[in-house]
Amino acid sequence: MLNIDSIQNGLVIDHIKAGAGMRIYQLAGLDRLDCCVAIIRNARSNKYGHKDIIKIESVIDLDLAVLGYLDPNVTIDVIQNGEIVEKKQLDRPKQLVNIIRCRNPRCITSVEEEIDHIFNLSANGRYRCAYCEEEERHNPEGKKH
Amino acid sequence: MRHLIDPLDFTLEETERLLILADKIAQDPAAYQEVARHKKLATLFYEPSTRTRLSFEAAMLNLGGSVLGFSSADASSAAKGESVADTIRVISCYADIAAMRHPKEGAPLRAAHYSRIPVINAGDGGHQHPTQTLTDLLTIRRRKGRLGGLTIGLCGDLKFGRTVHSLIMSLARCKGIRFVLISPEELRVPDYIITETLRPNGIPYEEIRSLERAMPSLDILYMTRVQRERFFNEEDYIRLKDSYILTAEKMKLAKPDMAVLHPLPRVNEIALNVDSDPRAAYFEQAQNGVYVRMALIMTLLGLEK
Repeated sequence: MLNIDSIQNGLVIDHIKAGAGMRIYQLAGLDRLDCCVAIIRNARSNKYGHKDIIKIESVIDLDLAVLGYLDPNVTIDVIQNGEIVEKKQLDRPKQLVNIIRCRNPRCITSVEEEIDHIFNLSANGRYRCAYCEEEERHNPEGKKH
Repeated sequence: MRHLIDPLDFTLEETERLLILADKIAQDPAAYQEVARHKKLATLFYEPSTRTRLSFEAAMLNLGGSVLGFSSADASSAAKGESVADTIRVISCYADIAAMRHPKEGAPLRAAHYSRIPVINAGDGGHQHPTQTLTDLLTIRRRKGRLGGLTIGLCGDLKFGRTVHSLIMSLARCKGIRFVLISPEELRVPDYIITETLRPNGIPYEEIRSLERAMPSLDILYMTRVQRERFFNEEDYIRLKDSYILTAEKMKLAKPDMAVLHPLPRVNEIALNVDSDPRAAYFEQAQNGVYVRMALIMTLLGLEK
């Protein structure tokens, strides 16, 4: 198995669905970090068979809403002095602000300047635009909205 | 401060209170002719809708208030590129309450976020038209004396008709409601209405194709137009169009106290020979629309006490 050094201080985003690591890397803004970031794809997992893992060598403020939206099954391990000091479980956020964009051309968000793109979690588990109530439309994996 | 953006912004109790006030106004309009004296309604109509705008203006004038506004985007600062957020901040300095019609869905909600005065959604694209829903509810209540315990038939284009969706979601909150959804397969009610409103609340409903078969059980029949452009091919349209036209012949199958509603304008979906039937309530709706808007303006301005 490929070895990636364990980190002394930082974060591990674990239990990412295999293949989704790059999308999380991009949408959570990890591509803009200065510190060392490792993406491990298709690691063996007892629970899922395969999984992706992202290791970040710094304790940064992660946008948990973005992560919860992308994959509520991921866990965040906070590492200090080589030990896991906290394990965070994620929920699907009730509201997303400026994480995805409404693509309904009839929506006010298509013309109004400086408007937040707000999506609310609906009863069927999908996100709906707060303005026009259109359901989110998924983009191809890894592409930014 | 309250706004009315979505028909469900008001709870069932608040809606009932508003309908009771509208009914009181209907019984004695003269008693309310001064209650909004010195108050101003701004009608911000970014697209023409003469009927709705005049109904709002009539409502405010009936309350002794005055009106100002514009009736198309060309006549407003939107033509110069001003945002909805900026426009409502300025209008808040000129008027006490605003009614907004806008071709973009969600524009009145955007306005409400920035407004210092109550905002009423007077129709946002194909999205919501809450004062039409209140008008429909008032007409049902005035005809039947209640909103609950009724069998409501909705007929025609149940897929694209926003008034149908709003009415179902509002009435679904009342006890003892049953829906009969009458439409061609192509124009069935969207799945989300069934999976998010009807089924989770255990509301009985039936989807059928035949208006004749539905008629005998209905307390209310809400008609909408089946439009040619909604069909993929002309043959299907020609085959189905007459099935969803209400005629005096079909009215013979209905209960003697059934009421026929229609959001208007109608084209040919209700034959002219139904107009003289006492069960035809669609022209009353226009009058009720004024009463319910009077009650709404009073409620949002805190003038009802």
